[in-house]
Amino acid sequence: MLRNLPSWLYAALIYGFIFLPVGVLVLFSFQDSRVPIPPFNGPSLRWYAEFLGDGRVTDALLNSIIVAFASSAVALVLGFLAAYALARHRVRFSSFWQGLLTAPLTVSYLIIAMGLLITFNALGIPKSLLTIGIGHVVINLPLCFAIVYSQMGAHQANMERAARDLGAGEWQVILLITVPMLWPALFAAFFLSVTFSWDEFIIAFLVSRFDVTLPVEIWSMLRTGLNPKTNAVGSFVFLFSVAIVFLLDLVLFRKKPA
Amino acid sequence: MTRTSPRFAPDTVRAWGLLFPALAWTAAFFVLPLVIMAVYSLWKRVGNRLITDVSLQNYENFFAKSFLFESLINSLEVTVLVTLISIILAYPFAYILAEKVPERWQRMALILAILPFWTSYLVRSYSWLLVLSEGGIISNFLLDAGITDEPVSFANDRSATVIGFVHFFVMLLTLTIYANLKQLPKNYRRAAADLGAGPIRTFVYVVFPLTLPGIMVGAFLTFVLCIGDYITPAILGGKRELLLPQTIMLQIERRSDFPTASALAMILMLVVSMVYLACARWLKLDRL
Repeated sequence: MLRNLPSWLYAALIYGFIFLPVGVLVLFSFQDSRVPIPPFNGPSLRWYAEFLGDGRVTDALLNSIIVAFASSAVALVLGFLAAYALARHRVRFSSFWQGLLTAPLTVSYLIIAMGLLITFNALGIPKSLLTIGIGHVVINLPLCFAIVYSQMGAHQANMERAARDLGAGEWQVILLITVPMLWPALFAAFFLSVTFSWDEFIIAFLVSRFDVTLPVEIWSMLRTGLNPKTNAVGSFVFLFSVAIVFLLDLVLFRKKPA
Repeated sequence: MTRTSPRFAPDTVRAWGLLFPALAWTAAFFVLPLVIMAVYSLWKRVGNRLITDVSLQNYENFFAKSFLFESLINSLEVTVLVTLISIILAYPFAYILAEKVPERWQRMALILAILPFWTSYLVRSYSWLLVLSEGGIISNFLLDAGITDEPVSFANDRSATVIGFVHFFVMLLTLTIYANLKQLPKNYRRAAADLGAGPIRTFVYVVFPLTLPGIMVGAFLTFVLCIGDYITPAILGGKRELLLPQTIMLQIERRSDFPTASALAMILMLVVSMVYLACARWLKLDRL
């Protein structure tokens, strides 16, 4: 044990660095005075009460949830169908289509956001929650496609062929064989997309107008400087995301023997 | 098509039907915007009007106007610095996680290391403001320790941006390097030991070269995500110097100058593509 002491010290230092800002964020969300810096007075829940009573924040929260779930569902369906088509059918230029579908992963969100803004402006499409959702499908579709495609192995293909031989049509095969066999991958892709959409700022910022998502609302709160209310919202977002991750972990991994 | 192939018989029309929605979405909302942006970058904005004469004026301006070109240089400097610091901090950490932590605790240790990053990206940068700003945690600590007499600020300059970035990318690189270390067969090290290499020589000549793919994948992701990020420098970097994404946002938000912004975006994409080509041979993700 002692021989490894430098290792443990180093690991503790890195963990400290990783947790420092989040720890400070959560601690000072319970601050009882107007500034989230030392000395700490409290604990108090007044800033949580304040943000839960702020209609703009709760509206943004609701919008975020709607956009995250709706855009992730669309991204998952489109990504799954494309992955199925490319994995199970002979398609010409299939590696080109694969490259095209995953290409948005390599482009900065800022550039995607700006391209959408210019396109929506040029086509006269008004900025709304719908346009944010469209943007979030663009960033999550490649992710869903890649995750599902990588999980479509020969094992499921044999089951699918057996079902076909027994007379099932293609949609029956997809819904009754492929989807149930792939569901851990589908679940993971969906919730990863939800967390990406939930956290996405720059697209939501540029292609929204009156209805905004939570990160955009947080952005406008940041302009007022350091404020324990921002800490409270941030801590809430943190807990929400951690809850989703634990749910994912529980469903996907705990069933298998370790 | 042979019987043993996992694919079904060719059924072209149906396959295209399944593939079409995803391709159409990507074409309409990803490819088309990029094409429109490329065209815009050749146009010009004069006053409030869009001049649709094709020219390379915006690209010439990029080199001629120092604040545009400097923002790219700033971005490159910050990104390279962040990538290097992150690798140096993450490698020993990943090594400790993979080699020193008992096997059954490793998953828990990794989850713990990722946990803080499930907060919002914006909020994470804001949290660093709480730590670094005047009167913040560090300032307070230095006052209590008697190192300074007045509150000091570490926020609103380049070092704050770098700290905010490094925080995120240490986690990312730890993951890629850890994954790489875990898939090295133990036999390689035994073979090196049998052939007379000590632990240091084994590390330098066997382990380290075999983890280069993990380092390169992580470093590439770091570079790409870092150079294109607007949030971290906007919150932590102050106003004295701008990075390229900030300059792009300035053109969009303040000046509605989409042609210049488009040209800058094209330049950003060009830089990323060049970096990709330079490290392409390392970036076979399936090797991880």
